[in-house]
Amino acid sequence: MSTFWSLWIIILTSACLILVGWVLLANRKAAVMQGHGADDNTTGHVYDGIVEYNNPLPRWWFVGFVLSMIFAAGYLVLYPGMGSWPGTLGWTSVGELEADQKEAMASYATTYDVYKTMPIEELAKNPDAMQMGVRLFANNCAVCHGADGGGNFGFPNLMDNDWLYGGEPAAILASITNGRIGAMPGWGSIIGEAKVVAAAEYVLKLSGSVHDQALAATGEKVFAENCAVCHGPEGKGTHGAGAPNLTDKTWLYQGDRETILLTIRAGRNNVMPAQGEKLMAEKIHLLTAYVYSLSHNNP
Amino acid sequence: MSSDLAHASSQPAYDYTVVRAFTLATIFWGIVGMGLGVFIAAELVWPGLNDILQPYSHFGRLRPLHTNTVIFAFGGCALFASSYFIVQRTCQAPLFGGWLVPFTFWGWQAIIVAAAITLPLGYTSAKEYAELEWPIDIAITLVWVAYSVVFFGTIVKRTTSHIYVANWFFGAFIITVAALHVVNSAAIPVTWFKSYSAYAGAMDAMVQWWYGHNAVGFFLTAGFLGMMYYFVPKQAGRPVYSYQLSIVHFWALISIYVWAGSHHLHYSALPDWAQSLGMVMSLILLAPSWGGMINGLLTLSGAWHKLKTDPTLRFLVVSLSFYGMSTFEGPMMAIKTVNALSHNTDWTIGHVHSGALGWVAMISIGAVYHLLPVLTGRKEMWSVPLINVHFWLATIGTVLYICAMWVNGIFIQGLMWRASNADGSLTYSFVDSVEASHLGYLVRFIGGAFFVTGMLIMAYNAWRTVQAEDKSALPNAQPQLA
Repeated sequence: MSTFWSLWIIILTSACLILVGWVLLANRKAAVMQGHGADDNTTGHVYDGIVEYNNPLPRWWFVGFVLSMIFAAGYLVLYPGMGSWPGTLGWTSVGELEADQKEAMASYATTYDVYKTMPIEELAKNPDAMQMGVRLFANNCAVCHGADGGGNFGFPNLMDNDWLYGGEPAAILASITNGRIGAMPGWGSIIGEAKVVAAAEYVLKLSGSVHDQALAATGEKVFAENCAVCHGPEGKGTHGAGAPNLTDKTWLYQGDRETILLTIRAGRNNVMPAQGEKLMAEKIHLLTAYVYSLSHNNP
Repeated sequence: MSSDLAHASSQPAYDYTVVRAFTLATIFWGIVGMGLGVFIAAELVWPGLNDILQPYSHFGRLRPLHTNTVIFAFGGCALFASSYFIVQRTCQAPLFGGWLVPFTFWGWQAIIVAAAITLPLGYTSAKEYAELEWPIDIAITLVWVAYSVVFFGTIVKRTTSHIYVANWFFGAFIITVAALHVVNSAAIPVTWFKSYSAYAGAMDAMVQWWYGHNAVGFFLTAGFLGMMYYFVPKQAGRPVYSYQLSIVHFWALISIYVWAGSHHLHYSALPDWAQSLGMVMSLILLAPSWGGMINGLLTLSGAWHKLKTDPTLRFLVVSLSFYGMSTFEGPMMAIKTVNALSHNTDWTIGHVHSGALGWVAMISIGAVYHLLPVLTGRKEMWSVPLINVHFWLATIGTVLYICAMWVNGIFIQGLMWRASNADGSLTYSFVDSVEASHLGYLVRFIGGAFFVTGMLIMAYNAWRTVQAEDKSALPNAQPQLA
């Protein structure tokens, strides 16, 4: 804040408080009336039959008013408020947040320390740890992946053992910590509508769905030239690119003809936000175990 | 006596036509606005009601219509009616302005109708309590300028030596609302029904809450204190308690209120200094606010027995009690640590309604019950027992509403949202708190229904009173001499 604006705030605030204080003190006592109202303790004014008494300010109210002004003055010395004056306590809202976070972090240490060195596979079988996992998942992951981890349109199901980026502990940990960006380019403008339609029929064929055989035959060629780079020559997907396996009945964006056509034509962009800067490593370690347990603890 | 009459007949008659029109409009818009409130309260209890006529019946479309109707249509008409009545009688001069007087009435009604059409259609500038789009904002400005000319013109033409305290408050309300409206509504139009705010980011938020808080401070407080300063001494038949107190609390109220808006933005992107300043000014505001309540309540010394027989006076006194309660609650909620609990919860809604129902509506209702007999040349309303029924419905309704929101806001939402486990996770999900709020929403709906039922009884009583008008008594509309 520039000196000008700082002074602007300080002068206006002080002037306002001083003037209010002056009005308060100047009218503290009842005025000495002369003439009409002098004998009956009124001001002598009459408006539509309404008369005004000349009573002094109630004492408790006056004292309360003065105390609130003194409190305000003290507060504005201790805390920021008067322009760029930082306050003698050095308080800032960011400082308060950081102190709260530090305190919270310290309090978590006892809760998480037991688990932080435990291997993921072992942790996934620990009932106490998984109880915490349920809560962490509900707070941080359920909004997209669903309360049970079952996923939704565009949000992967974490309960099956079908993985976009791999289901080993290390891969899950990496997905949570760094996030993932799943980008499939839109092919409509690159290969043209005819090839899009053919490729869609081939994708239907890969997953064993009802399809047009002639178009699928053309589509196989289109697939090999354009799609196999990421989805693999057999369409089984690759973890490196996060490209889904197209030969099963698990779909991130549904497997009907219309949706597949749209996916190929316009592409898909998907983001799993990185949690590394948001959650402490111990929590991510525990969450990894929980996500691992979702598909591994099922009989 | 004869010289008094001779003097009186030499004075022009008061203009009661516009006062009467605004008084009846107050009742009408009160029922519409509060009825809408009860409907959207029901939507929160039974969400299926949102789907009656989507998207127009959706909570998001009707909520701003509710707030605009109760604040600017019901409250606005009550302020126009009472300020036009009071300024004439306390200045002993008829209204100034000629055709501008009916223009303020029809202009204001047209603006309300425009709001009732555009808001459900989804036209909004998305600023709370200032949702109306720019062509309507310009119309508001024109009507407001006409209102200022009429009001201050009448003050200038007064035949009394001093200006009565009620008119100080009306004057401050008219000037400040003009400034608030023009500054906050400044926008760049894109089409006839779409504009973008002239401000950006945290600055836009600060301008909005400078406006929003002072819509409360000047529209819903200063204006209604003006009403209080006339109807309370008049109905009680007692002198105003302290002239000194009215001077101090008037100047303190109007100079401190404008600083307090930033308490709506605690723990936000607003710089720390602005938040702190808003907080301390809000705390100082307690005393000036209570000054008005004290001056009103102490005016009743020597007239407390009248409460037994006069339900109109009871409305006025209870409104002052609710005013005192909500202006105590407000500064408390402006304290940062309290605000950390109350922010975004139903406590805020309850606080607003203890002011809106308990203070603004009740004092307006008291004013209407005082005005209607005067405007129809009658000694009293058609039925005084019905005023009493209305009083109890309104009081019980308000108490149910406030208590339901306290429980929902503090004990359910406030505490559930901040509860956390040792592992740092939240104990409850948001949906848990919504489920737990259901009973409170039901009680709030019932409280609101009580309040609207009272308004319907008032409408019936008003209709019968107007039917039984005594025209022969009306020439009484002559300035009453001191």
